[in-house]
Amino acid sequence: MVIEMSLVNKSFKEHLNKTLGKDIRYDMRKKDAFRDIKVELGVATKAEGSCRVTMGNTVVIAGTKLSIEKPYPDRPEEGSFSVNTELLPLSSPDFESGPPSIDAIEISRVADRTLREGRAVDFKKLLITSGEKAWTIFIDVVSINDDGNLLDASELAALGALLDTKFPKVDKNGIIDYKTPGEKRLEVDSMPVLVTVCKQGSNLFVDPLRAEEEFIEGRLSIGFLDDGTICALQKGGDAPLTTEEIKAMCALAAPKAVELRKLFNKGDKGATKKKR
Amino acid sequence: MAYTKRHDGRKFDETREITAKVGVIKNADGSAYFKIGSTEAYAAVYGPRELYPSFLKDPSRGVIRCYYNMLPFSGMGERVRPGPSRRSKEISYVTEKALQPVINLEDFPNTVVDVYIELTETDAGSRCAGICAAAMALADAGIPMRDIVTAVSAGKVGKNILIDLDYSEEAIDDEPVADMPVAMLPRTKEVVLLQMDGQLSEKELADALVMVQKAIDKIANIQREALKAKFADGDRNVIGE
Amino acid sequence: MSDVEVQQATEVAPVEIKRIVVPGEVLAEGMDYLPGEGTFRDNNQIIANALGLMIIRGRLVKLIPLSGKYMPKRDDIVIGMVTDITSKGWIVDINCAYHAMITLRDATAEFIPKEADLSKYFNIGEYVLARIVKVTSQKLIDLSLRGPRLMKLTGGRLFEINPTKVPRVIGKKASMITMIKEKTACNVFVGQNGLIWLNGNEPKGEVLAVNAILKIERESHLSGLTEEIEKFLDEGLKNL
Repeated sequence: MVIEMSLVNKSFKEHLNKTLGKDIRYDMRKKDAFRDIKVELGVATKAEGSCRVTMGNTVVIAGTKLSIEKPYPDRPEEGSFSVNTELLPLSSPDFESGPPSIDAIEISRVADRTLREGRAVDFKKLLITSGEKAWTIFIDVVSINDDGNLLDASELAALGALLDTKFPKVDKNGIIDYKTPGEKRLEVDSMPVLVTVCKQGSNLFVDPLRAEEEFIEGRLSIGFLDDGTICALQKGGDAPLTTEEIKAMCALAAPKAVELRKLFNKGDKGATKKKR
Repeated sequence: MAYTKRHDGRKFDETREITAKVGVIKNADGSAYFKIGSTEAYAAVYGPRELYPSFLKDPSRGVIRCYYNMLPFSGMGERVRPGPSRRSKEISYVTEKALQPVINLEDFPNTVVDVYIELTETDAGSRCAGICAAAMALADAGIPMRDIVTAVSAGKVGKNILIDLDYSEEAIDDEPVADMPVAMLPRTKEVVLLQMDGQLSEKELADALVMVQKAIDKIANIQREALKAKFADGDRNVIGE
Repeated sequence: MSDVEVQQATEVAPVEIKRIVVPGEVLAEGMDYLPGEGTFRDNNQIIANALGLMIIRGRLVKLIPLSGKYMPKRDDIVIGMVTDITSKGWIVDINCAYHAMITLRDATAEFIPKEADLSKYFNIGEYVLARIVKVTSQKLIDLSLRGPRLMKLTGGRLFEINPTKVPRVIGKKASMITMIKEKTACNVFVGQNGLIWLNGNEPKGEVLAVNAILKIERESHLSGLTEEIEKFLDEGLKNL
C-alpha cells in the first residue's frame, strides 16, 4: 500500500478523477458502495475462532489462538488480546517474505485499536486467577488475495474471529487441552467496525480497489460502535485533510459501518450472508 | 490396545476426503487449494519474474524457490509463531527438490519462479498437501512441466501399514508409529520426496510404497480433474486458436 | 501429385482433435504422430509439457498454452511503463520476466541532443505503446517508438489480462477488438504482453469494454465467443 509516488501516472490519475466526478468507479460502483462481501465463520477448524472475509476479489482470513498467561502487573485483574497481520507474499506480487512491513504493522495497529477502544471484549472476563492467570487472545489476520481495502477487511475478519471464538478446555493442572473443544463461547460485548474513506482530488469514496489505491491521496479510517460513536481513527496518505473533509468522511462512513455490522446478523456459526 | 481399526472408520489404504481447486488466488500467476481431511493448503505461484539478489541468478535457466509456512492459527495446540522456523525451512527445501525435476525453465534464464504454500489448517500430512497444491499452482501458471507432482504419506501404526495418517494416528504413543511422506511423478512413478520418522523393516517399506502408488494414482486424478475443471463451461465446445 | 502422396494423405486424415490437457498427460501413442510445440516424446508416447489446449492436426500433436507469462518476441507491439532513465535511454517494465530498453536512437523520429533532459520525452511512470525490435538469447530486449501508431499513452486507464488470451481479444482480422471499440466508443490498444489501455468519453462505456475483454479472457477457449460478446455488449449498452 506504500505507493512510490514517483511511479503514479498523473494522466491516468486525472482520468480516474474525472470518472469519479461522474460517480462511477473502475468497476461501475458508486463512490459510497462496497463490493459484494461474504463473511464466513469457522473456516479454520484448528483455531479457537476464525473468519474469512471476501470483499470482491480481496480475501483475508483471521484466526484466534488462546493461551493462559500471567496478567500484566499493572492490570492484575485482566486478560488481553492482540491483533497481528501478515501480508502474505502469496497474496500479491508486491508483498515480500520477511518481517512484517510497515503496511502490515499499520493494519495490525488500527484493527487492534478499533477492537480495543471499542471494548469488543471485556478484559476482566478473561481473568482466571487474580494476578496469576488470565486468557490472552492472539488474533492473527492474513491476506489471501489483495485487491484493495485490506484495512477494513482485516478488522472485519478479526471481529468475526472473535465472535466465533470458544474457550478450549483446561485440565485440572491448569494446562490447556486444545484437542477437546470447549463449550464456552467468548463474550463479545460490542461490534466495532472500521470503514476507510479515501480521498482523491475532491472525490471521497469507500472500499478502494487495488487499482484505485494507487491514486489515493489521503484516507481516513474510522472505527464505529453500534450507536455511531467513533472508537478509532487513523489518517493515512500524503494529502492533508480539511475539517470539512473529515466531517464529510465521517458522514459517508457511518451508514457503511451499519451495513458491515449487519453481515454478522445471522449470528452464530457459519454466519454467511451476502450483501450488496 | 492394538490399533486394528482406524479411529475414523477408514480402510488402511484409504485416504481422507480430498477437495482440490485451481485459480483461487486472483493476483497469482497460478494458484491452487488442496484439502485432505482437515489439512488445508493454499499455493500461489509468481513468475517467472526477475530474481533479486542478482548473485542468485542462473544464466542458463530459471530457478524455483519454495516457501512452506504454517499460519499462526493453523495448528491444534499453541499458536505457531510467525516467521520461518528450522522445520519450515527444511520442508521448503525438500518441497523445492520435489518440484524441481518436473519443471523446465530453460527458456527463462536469470529468472525465478516463487512458490508460496500457506497452511490454514493442519492435521498431519501438511507437506504432502502443500506439494499437491504447489504442483497444481505451477501447472495453472503455465509453467512448462513434464508431469504433475503428487504426494501422500504412508506409515505404520502397531503392526499395520496404512496411508495418510492424521494427527491422532501420528500421535499414538502406546504403539510403534512410523510416518513416511512420499512425493511421486504419477506417470512414471519416480519418487521425488521421501522422508520417514519412526522405524520400518525393509518389507514394510516395500509394502508401504505399494500402497502409496495406489493412493498417488487416485490423488493425481483429483489434481488433473481440478485443473481441467477451470476450463469447463457447460455445453460450449472447446475451440482452437 | 503422385499416387504415393495421395495415399498417404488419405491414410492420416486431417481431422482435428481438440481438448484441454494437463502436464504429463499422454496425448497420442505410436510413431505415426509427431510431437509439436508444448509436447515431448517418451518412447512410444507423446506427452503434454504444460497445461493447455491440445490440437492434433494430421500427424502433428501440439499444445496451445492457456496461461503463462509473456515471452517477448521481435516485432510484437507491447505496452510498458518507464521505470528508470539512464544515459543511454529508458528502462521499461513490459509485464514479463525481463525489463526492456528504449535507446535514444529508437525513442523518436526527432534528434535528441546529448545534454537533453530525457524525462521531457518519457518520464518515469509514463506508459508507451512500443514495438520490440530485438530480443537476445539472454532476453535483453530493445523497444522502438519509431513507427505508425507507436506513442506515449496519456489519460485513460490500464489493465491486464493473460497474454495467451490476446489473440482472442483482437480476433480474426481485428474483428473482436473493432466490435468492442465501436460499440463502447472507446479507443483501445492491446499489447501482446497482455496490458490493455483504453480511453473513452463515457466512463460507463469504458467499464463495459473492460468487462467484455475480461469475459473474453475467461472464455477464450470456448466456441461461439464473438456472438457471446456481441450479446454481452448489446445488453450492457441497454443498461447504460
